[in-house]
Amino acid sequence: MSATAKSPWIIHYDASSCNGCDIEVLACLTPLYDVERFGIINTGNPKHADIFLVTGSVNERNGSVLQQIYSQMPEPKVVIACGVCACTGGIFRECYNTLGGIDKAIPVDVYAPGCAVRPEAIIDAVVVGLGVLEQKRVSLASGTLEEASLPSRLTAADKMVADQTVRASALAETIG
Amino acid sequence: MTGLSFVFSLVGFGVLAPVIGCLLAGIDRKLTARLQGRVGPPLLQPWYDVRKLIVKQSAQVNSYQAFYVCMSLVLAVLAGAFFFAGGNFLLVVFVLTLSTLFFIIAAYSTRSPYAELGAEREIAQVMSYEPMVILISIAFYFALRTFDTGVVFSLDRPLILSLPLVFVGLLFILTIKLRKSPFDLSYSHHAHQELVKGITTEMSGRTLAMVEVMHWYESILFLGWVGLFLVWGSWFALIPAIIGISAVYFLEVFIDNNFARVKWQSMLKWSWVVTLVCCSLNIVLLYWLG
Repeated sequence: MSATAKSPWIIHYDASSCNGCDIEVLACLTPLYDVERFGIINTGNPKHADIFLVTGSVNERNGSVLQQIYSQMPEPKVVIACGVCACTGGIFRECYNTLGGIDKAIPVDVYAPGCAVRPEAIIDAVVVGLGVLEQKRVSLASGTLEEASLPSRLTAADKMVADQTVRASALAETIG
Repeated sequence: MTGLSFVFSLVGFGVLAPVIGCLLAGIDRKLTARLQGRVGPPLLQPWYDVRKLIVKQSAQVNSYQAFYVCMSLVLAVLAGAFFFAGGNFLLVVFVLTLSTLFFIIAAYSTRSPYAELGAEREIAQVMSYEPMVILISIAFYFALRTFDTGVVFSLDRPLILSLPLVFVGLLFILTIKLRKSPFDLSYSHHAHQELVKGITTEMSGRTLAMVEVMHWYESILFLGWVGLFLVWGSWFALIPAIIGISAVYFLEVFIDNNFARVKWQSMLKWSWVVTLVCCSLNIVLLYWLG
């Protein structure tokens, strides 16, 4: 295991989460779970971070913020979607302003579902993320790491149109 | 200080200080974790951190920030080399201050609001500890009639017996220099704070690795200052010196874990009060006792 996987520094961003998952993220730092055992540090700075922990779903407002934080992080970096809202949009999925999971704005490497996501699941996701981080380090060193292209247009209207198209075709199939 | 002893010291300090400094930083983190009832990271965690930072993608705000940080590191190593070669204490102090100034300029050069605020706080820190450092040199001269640090190895009793109050003052500013709470205003190793990461906010990858390594060098240099007060002209002196330095380091970690950060005004006020009271009393006592 290289040093990269032994020292993952984390930045945590709350994208319209209900704070349930955020409290679980912080619980990981307490003596009971103590993620510093794995060299994990919760840094508040994207420029120092290796792992991007996101809780909550993405909407029109925070999509660009997510992308900005993501692009400020130097490679190799890993994104972990914490909680079902960050994975798919959760119970907010059908909201008029919600685009869905955070993968609508930035590329996600690991999904940790749960409402709220349990600290064990977060730690497990980070450990899985370390494998991805290691792969990315190797490809960065060999110069084959491709920079992720971020979707430029983030509007809920697109999603609604897409959703309606799906619904219309489903309806058409049902009616026959 | 001869040229040869300087070269020996430069090589010795340049190679050994980061090794010991890294282990000390690891012990610090382990102790901190244990004091908080946690298991804590492996002992070599600071080494893993630096190795990781070196392979990270380089993302610099401008091309000269890395140069300033590099100069800061080089000057910190030079200051340590002068000190351990038994050189002039004033020279050590001035070279070290120059190193800190380069670090401050590095933060200012980025124009980031967080880094600038961190740099301003770093200046407040320099203002707080610098009078004490200068007065340590003056007290040192009053006690030994020289600025050469090598003289302490020819004493028949340790310097702490003639400069006890100055030693107390040194312990006070050591908390600032080692970046420990309650005086870790410009940046600290603890997670999440109001300034993002203060003075190091815009530093990433290799630049941040240099900052970490510089911190190892500085820790050893400052613990060397503590040792300056504890040794005398005998090989036995190394035992109480090492015990004393370890005790001081543990005290600093203990203080770090038990105090919340103070405002810069309190830091400035209290460090100047301690400086004035401790150093002037001690210098007056030295005069009085002859």
